Amino acid sequence: MGKRDPKAPFVPHRDAYKAPIMECVNLGIDFGGLTAVNDFCITIGPTEICGLIGPNGAGKTTIFNLLTKVYQPTRGSVYLQGIDTKDMNSVKANKAGLARTFQNIRLFKNMTVAENVLVGLHNSISYGLGEAILRFPSYWREERIARSRALELLEIFDMQDIGDQKAGSLPYGAQRRLEIVRALATAPKVLLLDEPAAGMNPAETEELMENIQKINKVFKIAILLIEHDMKLVMGICEGIGVLNYGRLIAKGTPAEIQRNPLVVEAYLGKGQSDSESGGEDSA
Amino acid sequence: MLFVSQLINGLQLGSIYALVALGYSMVYGIIKLLNFAHGDIIMVGGYIALFTLTFGQHPLIAAALTVAGCTVLAIVIEKLAYTPLRFAPRLSLLITAIGVSILLQNLAQYFFSATGRSFPGHLLLPQGGIALGSVQVAYTSIITILTSLISMVILTILVRRTRLGKAMRAVSEDQDAARLMGINVNSVITFTFAVGAALAGIGALMYSVRYPLMFPTMGAMLGLKAFVAAVFGGIGSIPGAMLGGYAIGMLEVLVTAVGLSGWVDGVVFMVLICVLMVRPTGIMGRSIMEKV
Amino acid sequence: MKAFTIPTPVRYGINTALLILFLIAGNAITQSGLLGRAQNAIIIQVGFFIILAVSLNLVTGYLGQLPLGHAGFMAVGAYAGALFWRAHILPETLSIVVGLLLAGVVAALFGILIGVPALRLRGDYLAIITLGFGEIIRVVLTNLDSITYGARGLLNIPRHSSFLVVYICVIISCAVIHTLMKSRHGRAILSIRENEIAAESCGVKTTYYKVMAFAVSAFFAGIAGALFAGNLGILVPANFDFMTSINILMIVVLGGLGSMFGSVVAAAVLTFLPFVLQPLADYRMIIYSLMLIIVMIFKPSGLMGSYDFSLSRILEKVIGKALSLGRDKGGKNHGKA
Repeated sequence: MGKRDPKAPFVPHRDAYKAPIMECVNLGIDFGGLTAVNDFCITIGPTEICGLIGPNGAGKTTIFNLLTKVYQPTRGSVYLQGIDTKDMNSVKANKAGLARTFQNIRLFKNMTVAENVLVGLHNSISYGLGEAILRFPSYWREERIARSRALELLEIFDMQDIGDQKAGSLPYGAQRRLEIVRALATAPKVLLLDEPAAGMNPAETEELMENIQKINKVFKIAILLIEHDMKLVMGICEGIGVLNYGRLIAKGTPAEIQRNPLVVEAYLGKGQSDSESGGEDSA
Repeated sequence: MLFVSQLINGLQLGSIYALVALGYSMVYGIIKLLNFAHGDIIMVGGYIALFTLTFGQHPLIAAALTVAGCTVLAIVIEKLAYTPLRFAPRLSLLITAIGVSILLQNLAQYFFSATGRSFPGHLLLPQGGIALGSVQVAYTSIITILTSLISMVILTILVRRTRLGKAMRAVSEDQDAARLMGINVNSVITFTFAVGAALAGIGALMYSVRYPLMFPTMGAMLGLKAFVAAVFGGIGSIPGAMLGGYAIGMLEVLVTAVGLSGWVDGVVFMVLICVLMVRPTGIMGRSIMEKV
Repeated sequence: MKAFTIPTPVRYGINTALLILFLIAGNAITQSGLLGRAQNAIIIQVGFFIILAVSLNLVTGYLGQLPLGHAGFMAVGAYAGALFWRAHILPETLSIVVGLLLAGVVAALFGILIGVPALRLRGDYLAIITLGFGEIIRVVLTNLDSITYGARGLLNIPRHSSFLVVYICVIISCAVIHTLMKSRHGRAILSIRENEIAAESCGVKTTYYKVMAFAVSAFFAGIAGALFAGNLGILVPANFDFMTSINILMIVVLGGLGSMFGSVVAAAVLTFLPFVLQPLADYRMIIYSLMLIIVMIFKPSGLMGSYDFSLSRILEKVIGKALSLGRDKGGKNHGKA
């Protein structure tokens, strides 16, 4: 592929962004002696929808963990609106504008749907400990605002009527949607979705695609998603990065990715790439 | 000279802690349970030894019965109290272990009464000692140190060189994967408890000889300190448990020797806290990263 | 159909009225001499066990950690309060208030002191470090002979733990922990129990909230300790051994992890029970420990689960039902529970 320009944007035709929302420069992490991710460079504009694809174990979720500071990178840096996130932890990364969902759903299962979203709104409420215990007017006011905001957010997925249900009792698809709402509640600038369509049927996936685009438009935020459902990825992502063995082997628009022989090889193995590439394109 | 005799003293105590710590460490390694009842199994072992010896049994028979008794007790506890909770939250398991510990203490109090009984150590191990230069070393010290060393060598061989040991290591690594490989996880866990308890039985004999006063809560503090030893060395690690045992034994003897015997327990826990501050998984423990 | 709700001010009014009624009744009974000294002492005892259980429940039930050194915080508070009261430097009423606050604050400081390092560690390590802390406190109290009189006991502590004082402390601690849990801070604490990594990803400062919960829990344990001292009039370090911590834990677990109502009921029942069942005194601890094991195996959420009693909710249900019954006289809703 030749030498990559670390500042090269994720989506070439979106080059116009003077101020990218998130940049990763030569990001890498080792576990023990194993290099899980290496030389990962992307740049994302403030309202792009981007996708990360790649075979299982390619390091996609690890990248999310690096971005959200669950793991600290061994090499390289992540910039959010130009600010280095080197000294941040998960909490500060969230406050700086990164929110995520998890591949293996991590809801607060014994709390209600509304409470899950309210935890997401934690930092947008400001009353202190004393005000809470003594129930100052500020407590009532801010709680009321937060609750109506939570319901508003739940409305995106038409979940406003099940606010009192236990999150753990929701069906699988609804749990995934609730995780997205909870992440949105933290008012992110970049939303990271880890396999949002996993376990959903085609109709649900279709609806999810619309909703992701709606979120992107209404909230005017960047979305980076990991997904195996090619229909979803090709359908809504403006830019796609392909990961294999911890390295970004290709990035570009959906059309470019579908034509890229390296990508086909990563998915199908060497030797078959010539005969199968046509099929992959139409997928 | 005083130093040498204190050193041997510390080694003796440390050997006991190491034996008990191994039980904690192995069980923790395999099902991530702090087996609070471990110390109380030692107490029961002590009483078994006490009764068999006072009924005039041969020391070897008494020892064998003690070890067997502890092993059986541990298996029963594991089957009745811990197995039903195999998939329960860790907190439930831990609370159950605490419950078992209190149950054993109070059953002992009910059956054997709370008053202390003196242990006939002379019936178990030979008295006197040998002179190493100008230092008099008691046979009990030598036997304790040697027994514990031999037990640990056998344990290491068991874990490192046998099929069962391999199964144990596999289960502690990943229960589900081990099950898929055709390992009977339940019996491996039971076996681990049994081995830990057998070591505790040996520990019970050695401890009773050194502190020949039996009472229902005698296992509690011993258990706690042995656990501290296991954590200190790095829980889940066999050499760690040995190292921790010797370290805590030495520390205790040292603190007593400088005349602060009232502070021993406090110092032991203080050192534990300090060690965990610097190395949260103990001296030889591996760090575990949660998968996200 | 919209469910019937009682307006908040009315709800507060009802609750306050009931609490005052209860206070007057309790005070009258304890003052009247109807009950003997021993019975009065038990009522007081129930009081500080409620505070201890509710405060431990904050950390165990809501935060999901298992500290085993609650008696340590209690001890610190007990000695702080007792020493202050013994000094007799303030008029009585003021002295009681200041002494209790002092006990709570000192215990809370210890809570932060032990919480900061301990909470960097997970689960079992936290249990063992707090256990160690409890033991250290006991050893220190035993050996600080010049101040605490060690094992001989600290005597002549003013008996300030009247029904009124204990009752007010119980109400305050329950109310504070309740309002705390119903706020954004409480939700943050719960989210840590539910899923720490997700909580952090939502911007919840987990370490801060863990230490905070620890400190609040210790604060009330300290106050309970001072009440304990003011009830007994004498303190020995052995009052605060590992078994005391376990006793409190037993109350919390049997009552239901995360249920304040459960903690209150269990504290009352487990304190009263031994006196009612005198003949079974020998078996008491055997029964308790068996119960603990059996509850964990068959109903790990405790006897009450996470059920929280709410008078107004029950009232709302009753009134709501009455209203709907009145509306459709056929009474079709009758079968519905």
